[in-house]
Amino acid sequence: MLRFIARRLLWFIPTVLFVTFLVYVCVRIGWDPVQSYVRANPRASDEKVQQYREVNGLYDGLGGYIRGYFEWLWAFVRGPDQWPRSIKGGGDVYTPLRYSLFNTLRLAGTAAILGIGIGLFFGVVAGKRPGTWVDGFVNTTAFFVGSIPPFVSAVILQLAFAVQLGWLPAAGIYPPGHQGFDPVLMGKYMILPVIVVAIQTIAGYTRYMRASLLDVSSADYLRTARAKGLSERQVLRRHTIRNSLIPIATVVAIDIGQIIGGLIITENIFNYPGMGVFFLDAAADGDFPRLMPFLVIITLSVLIFNLLADLSYAYLDPRIKLD
Amino acid sequence: MTSYQPVHESAEFESFDELYDVSESEGLDVKTLTPRQLAWHRYRRHKAAMISTVIFGLLTVMVVFAPVFARYGVNEPVFPISEGPNQFLEPQSVAWFGTDDIGRDIYSRLLYGIRTSIFIGVATGIIAVVIGATIGAIAGLRGGKLDDRMMRVTDVFLAFPFLVAVIVIREFLGGVEFLEPVIGDKTSIRFIIVLLAIFAWMGVARLVRGQVLSLKEREFIEAARAVGASERRIIVSHLIPNSIGPILVALTLVIIGAIVAESTLAFFGFGPQPGADSTSLGNLVLLSRSGATQGNWWLVVFPCGALVLLAICINFIGDGLRDAFDPKMDAGR
Repeated sequence: MLRFIARRLLWFIPTVLFVTFLVYVCVRIGWDPVQSYVRANPRASDEKVQQYREVNGLYDGLGGYIRGYFEWLWAFVRGPDQWPRSIKGGGDVYTPLRYSLFNTLRLAGTAAILGIGIGLFFGVVAGKRPGTWVDGFVNTTAFFVGSIPPFVSAVILQLAFAVQLGWLPAAGIYPPGHQGFDPVLMGKYMILPVIVVAIQTIAGYTRYMRASLLDVSSADYLRTARAKGLSERQVLRRHTIRNSLIPIATVVAIDIGQIIGGLIITENIFNYPGMGVFFLDAAADGDFPRLMPFLVIITLSVLIFNLLADLSYAYLDPRIKLD
Repeated sequence: MTSYQPVHESAEFESFDELYDVSESEGLDVKTLTPRQLAWHRYRRHKAAMISTVIFGLLTVMVVFAPVFARYGVNEPVFPISEGPNQFLEPQSVAWFGTDDIGRDIYSRLLYGIRTSIFIGVATGIIAVVIGATIGAIAGLRGGKLDDRMMRVTDVFLAFPFLVAVIVIREFLGGVEFLEPVIGDKTSIRFIIVLLAIFAWMGVARLVRGQVLSLKEREFIEAARAVGASERRIIVSHLIPNSIGPILVALTLVIIGAIVAESTLAFFGFGPQPGADSTSLGNLVLLSRSGATQGNWWLVVFPCGALVLLAICINFIGDGLRDAFDPKMDAGR
């Protein structure tokens, strides 16, 4: 076990370096930062452009990319005040990034807890009575809901509850001109985005949990548990649900990235100032200094949660071979 | 106490009685069915899948013959603007599903849009299945380091938020100049197919690999090897035909995934442009964005409804195929 963890951790750093290097190359080629600079500063002289290129390590060719990557990385790890400034507007990158990161985490956290919790509950409700009408109803509903793309449910909820009925605000995080922190008001603006992300999550987890429960339900240890006289309730709680959560743990860890991805769509439609809006704005401006920190955060969280998924799987299921 | 009986067994026996039609009195008259016929019988018992197949079939006929079923041309206004304002008309006899911002009929545009979207979905699906099945079969058969590395790479790639990864790869492909003659401009249909196939093959590869891993230990593969069949022959004439169930299921998943992904990309302005090749469902779904905030409900309901209908139909077809080829899974229906 220890050797397994140590080996995974040892591989973690080269993986991070390699993936961020690939991301760096993609961004350099996809949104040519020099061109973005020229577009943002149309009157910049050739010398100015050349100077920008050198200060930011934007060399050409594979060797140039490698050298530029390490120069960028060195500036990046030295802290936010060393990060290159935004191409468009020349502002600091860290402050808006942190602001949108916290907005996203708040939304994602609420939606994930609600979505996974409710989803697992429905999964158990359906899975413990396979073949009954309850099971059929829950499973079919989850199937329908899961087939609706998130942007469709977002637009329909927006049309229904914000535009036609006028119960909830259509977009934003606070009303225009609002100052300061107000959790109740903020909660009201979060309701629709949270619902959009949560229903997708609920649909997914209902189906995972049901399938996992059915997988477990014919296991021998359940017969043993019943044979030794446990009540049906105890069997369900102590054995069935517990064992069926093992594969779910892995799914949760991998899903975190996808929940953030679903948020990009939702945030954009509700104009919620989170990471998704930050990313799409930066992409539209071809703003290399804003894109890179965002993508590094995404890469790091994807790799960390992947690692956690592996470790959790090995830890929870003693039958997994570790080599 | 019935709640924890392994339901799949009873379900299987039920179908056995039905299919084999064992008549006790005659005793000898037992029909034998090939696995494929068995699968077809099981598929037919899946009601939702059958209904979806019929709806999807009708839709396909309608969009293939779109010029016959459409009431107006794809870019034709319902009536010339000189005869009165034709923008944002509510659904009425002249335009069943209403009109858009420049007076075009939503119903006719939907037919053309679904046509393009189904084309995108099927083309992506075929590319992804060919590449994914080949790579998955090779990885599963050879095993070892290659297999290990490939699965790790796809793991990480699939864990990335889809939209972020698609946008980054899209810009990257658009920035590599020598690729342009092959995959076309960023705003073309061809480009979107290539882009989506890059993402889709991995899921197929994982599925086929899983299937191959369980097949390759079976006796008939060993027998094929014993008589000296090459690896290529084992893959092409033994492994792939025996994985046809999971491959078909994966195909439906890729098709609907591609249709939804194209719409999502178009919704954010990263899709094929209306002027470039032809109108896709994404171009129409894009309307729902302004439609929702301006209260033009028909611009939201019909395009989104068409997308959801397609998604549900294809998902049910996939579900039916899964049950048909893998009877163990239909526990509890």
